[in-house]
Amino acid sequence: MAFDKIQLKDIEVWDGNHAAAQAMRQCQIDVVAAYPITPSTPIVEGYAKFLADGYIEGEFVMVESEHAAMSGCIGAAAAGGRVATATSSQGFALMVETLYQASGMRLPIVLNLVNRALAAPLNVNGDHSDMYLGRDSGWIQLNAYCPQNAYDLNLIAFKVSEDHEIRLPCMVHQDGFMTSHTAQGVYTLSDDAAYGFVGEYKPMNDMLDFEHPVTHGVQTEEDWHFEHKARQHNDLMVKVMPKIQAAFDDFEKLTGRKYNIVEKYDMDDADVCVVCMGSSVETAREVATEMRAKGIKAGVVGLRVIRPFPFFEIADALKSVKAIAALDRSSPNGAPGMLFNEIAGALFNTDTKALLSGYVYGLGGRDLTKAHLVSLFTELQANVDAGKVTTSLQQFIGVRGPKLSFL
Amino acid sequence: MAKQGWDEFEIGAMLRTFEGKIEDIAGTNQEDRAYSQNSSFVASVADWRIAKPVFNKDFCIDCQFCWIYCPDVSIISRDKKMIGVDMDHCKGCGICVEVCPTNPKSLLMFPEKADEETELAAWPTKNKETI
Repeated sequence: MAFDKIQLKDIEVWDGNHAAAQAMRQCQIDVVAAYPITPSTPIVEGYAKFLADGYIEGEFVMVESEHAAMSGCIGAAAAGGRVATATSSQGFALMVETLYQASGMRLPIVLNLVNRALAAPLNVNGDHSDMYLGRDSGWIQLNAYCPQNAYDLNLIAFKVSEDHEIRLPCMVHQDGFMTSHTAQGVYTLSDDAAYGFVGEYKPMNDMLDFEHPVTHGVQTEEDWHFEHKARQHNDLMVKVMPKIQAAFDDFEKLTGRKYNIVEKYDMDDADVCVVCMGSSVETAREVATEMRAKGIKAGVVGLRVIRPFPFFEIADALKSVKAIAALDRSSPNGAPGMLFNEIAGALFNTDTKALLSGYVYGLGGRDLTKAHLVSLFTELQANVDAGKVTTSLQQFIGVRGPKLSFL
Repeated sequence: MAKQGWDEFEIGAMLRTFEGKIEDIAGTNQEDRAYSQNSSFVASVADWRIAKPVFNKDFCIDCQFCWIYCPDVSIISRDKKMIGVDMDHCKGCGICVEVCPTNPKSLLMFPEKADEETELAAWPTKNKETI
């Protein structure tokens, strides 16, 4: 390799953004087309600096918008390069049209989506509105809770995404600021070990294969479009989870760090549990342990894989619990929250009699405090004791003004 | 193109231009290329046309203007000699006629159903006024 390597310490103090940038360096991305936006800016800035300093052989393409950023990534991926970018919030919203192009064209692009609220009102802080916006776009979505996860899941994302049986783009989510700008100890892989795990990029149907010319991004009408979409959905439903599990297994062998499609914490004998995503998972785990000291058998389920949705894994994780809280960090705007709906769907035809309630929290970076979670777990226990949901099915946590609850 | 089921085609919104591997495609004439059924070359769009160009080789000077200007690559030229028009792909736009510099023109537009032999026999003569 014609570039310099970096000697990393076994543990480096990195925030989530820098962890993602280091992973992108170690994967030797060929092309990053990016339009920086808070709070994801340091990821592409980090790649650009590594490139300028001779640690990467690649191209950084400065573009005029996030729509152009993803379009550039699509072109580079179709040409046959390993491609990644990063964005947040409004930028992600501007990318939406091209997200569907990327997944429909089956191009293995990795997008670090540092989650941030969507305007209006304008807000730079973390919630999951942008993550939810992308959930029907045909991408794989992996969820980091901390900088370590952001580093590890980037490596895993390339491995899964670029597999020739998968060939679907992958988002790696981390919470804006709470994860992206909070420095923690991150266990590292050497450059060779990380690159070895991800492997050399193997092109497929690439435009630079001049002996086999291809046209990418074709048009199909009512005679073909449905078959293409059906195949993409089939591959997401059938092929992706086993590949993610295989990548998690390989990663555990290499690093000792174990990832699961659904991350269960103290769920073996739990009566009550919360299901959530992002940095809230770690807060909820801490509070669950404290609730056990108070006699409430609390557990936490975190989603590691958001799309494809772990339908059976979630049902299995929740099969013995008596009360479940689904925590959505995005305003459902006229419906139950996404997690509430997905969990209800996963449990509906099972034998469970669990009581399910939904909570909307943390919009625009509002803290989810331990006190919030203590009263939430207490409320769940009250539901168990009463044998029914004693509150409305949808409640808002941490918002000022009169209590907001619906359904 | 055969109507296949969802599991019967290559993934991606992607089509191959040729069957198998190609070599020296620039040096291979179109009629000798192994175009796939997915290439638009195999489809006739002749029925899009309401007027057609007729080529009269008696006046052609092989200047290649029509070959250069044709937006549908429908002028057939071999070794810089004008052969004729690819009537499967010509859409009858008339640009070849417009750019033809000879007097009289070597390409003229006629209604789609016009008889080529008749039109060639009645080809206009040299127009001295426009010289």
